[in-house]
Amino acid sequence: MTVKKITAAQVARKVIEHKELFILDVRNNDAFEDWKIEGHNFEYLNIPYFELLDGVEDILEKIPTDKEVLVVCAKEGSSLMVAEMLSDAGLDVSYLEGGMKSWSMYLEPIKVGDLTNGGELYQFVRLGKGCLSYMAISEGEAAIIDAVRFTDVFTNFAKEKGVEIKHVFDTHLHADHISGGREIAAQTGAAYYLPPKDAEEVVFEYKPLTDGLTITLGSSNIEVGALYSPGHTIGSTSFVIDSKYLLTGDILFIDSIGRPDLAGLAEDWVGDLRDTLYSRYRELAESLIVLPAHFMVIEELNEDGTVAKHLGELFAENHGLNIEDEAEFRKTVTDNLPPQPNAYQQIRQVNMGKMTPDHEELIEMEIGPNRCAVR
Amino acid sequence: MNITKTVDAKGFACPMPIVKTKKAIDTIQSGEVLEVLVTDKGALNDFAAWAKTGGHTILEQKEEADVLTFYIQKA
Repeated sequence: MTVKKITAAQVARKVIEHKELFILDVRNNDAFEDWKIEGHNFEYLNIPYFELLDGVEDILEKIPTDKEVLVVCAKEGSSLMVAEMLSDAGLDVSYLEGGMKSWSMYLEPIKVGDLTNGGELYQFVRLGKGCLSYMAISEGEAAIIDAVRFTDVFTNFAKEKGVEIKHVFDTHLHADHISGGREIAAQTGAAYYLPPKDAEEVVFEYKPLTDGLTITLGSSNIEVGALYSPGHTIGSTSFVIDSKYLLTGDILFIDSIGRPDLAGLAEDWVGDLRDTLYSRYRELAESLIVLPAHFMVIEELNEDGTVAKHLGELFAENHGLNIEDEAEFRKTVTDNLPPQPNAYQQIRQVNMGKMTPDHEELIEMEIGPNRCAVR
Repeated sequence: MNITKTVDAKGFACPMPIVKTKKAIDTIQSGEVLEVLVTDKGALNDFAAWAKTGGHTILEQKEEADVLTFYIQKA
């Protein structure tokens, strides 16, 4: 039997199209428990590769023959070894090119919707890490919000669309992933904006992203307006695009809300988070479509793979928006928080420009899920 | 510490460090110690988990100039 190589892009299509897949994950148990490839119709078997060195006979009966089988490991080597052993035993299996490392890095651009006069809004879904980035384009110009570090994905996309990147924003100083915003701005000559309250320690030049700042795109003057919405960080800022979309950053997600502790000040910021979610956002139109900077679980994806929902629906359904009692809210977002994202303190240092790790170190820092939310 | 054998897996990526170590440990006696040199950072968790599975004891591990060294006593 032949061993097929499957790319992260192909796995992404299987996730988005609700395809079935049997994943044999050969990383060690801790790594698998911590983080794996999530799919609506995926089944899993986790056996570390080092338990299979003497042969795969013992696990053959656990592997289905009527389903596509994908062997996955951290970087590729072990999955290829196990896939070849299974193939020698007569099974038809694939392995993931680049392993979880490439899964963590893959971005799928999906169109969210149209803007006035032919403009478009795209969401870049990083399935492996749960990060969401955005590009709004209109008549030859583009604005990017919360870009992840794979800058060529954005610059190439802009080229394909024939648009010039004019504005690059980060809604806040990210703690779970490394921002590509500053580098995209440097490459393209675009302006790079950060909320000044999050940027007190940064060591580079930036434009202040403050409440009420509005930029326009193209000659149709599509508006991208900033709304100060602290709580996840003290500078966290949302965007309203074309009076239709609300980009919430890490403040409000589809089925969860932001956590206030990643910059070390949960007690101080919980009040801000409450104000943003229960006062500032309540003044906005419920017809706005919420576009967050993350998803936590695969169930938050829509049928087309996008992560988006009307603000009104979130007011009705999102648990974090329905905690009447302020003390209980405080408790929910400060007690029993999930573990913090991998290397989050170092990642903040990188995003401040204080550390410049090499490529491999960046990959290591970003291993694992984003963990920016409280449910 | 009496080292019976040394495995130099420097420069090898996963799964080779563990594959080489497994081969070497099969050739030594229970209670004897294997020294393993690796540069693949992913080895850190894998060696701990692999040793646990086989009942081997990691007596000591250190990192010097990007080289991880494990001293593993065979079960």
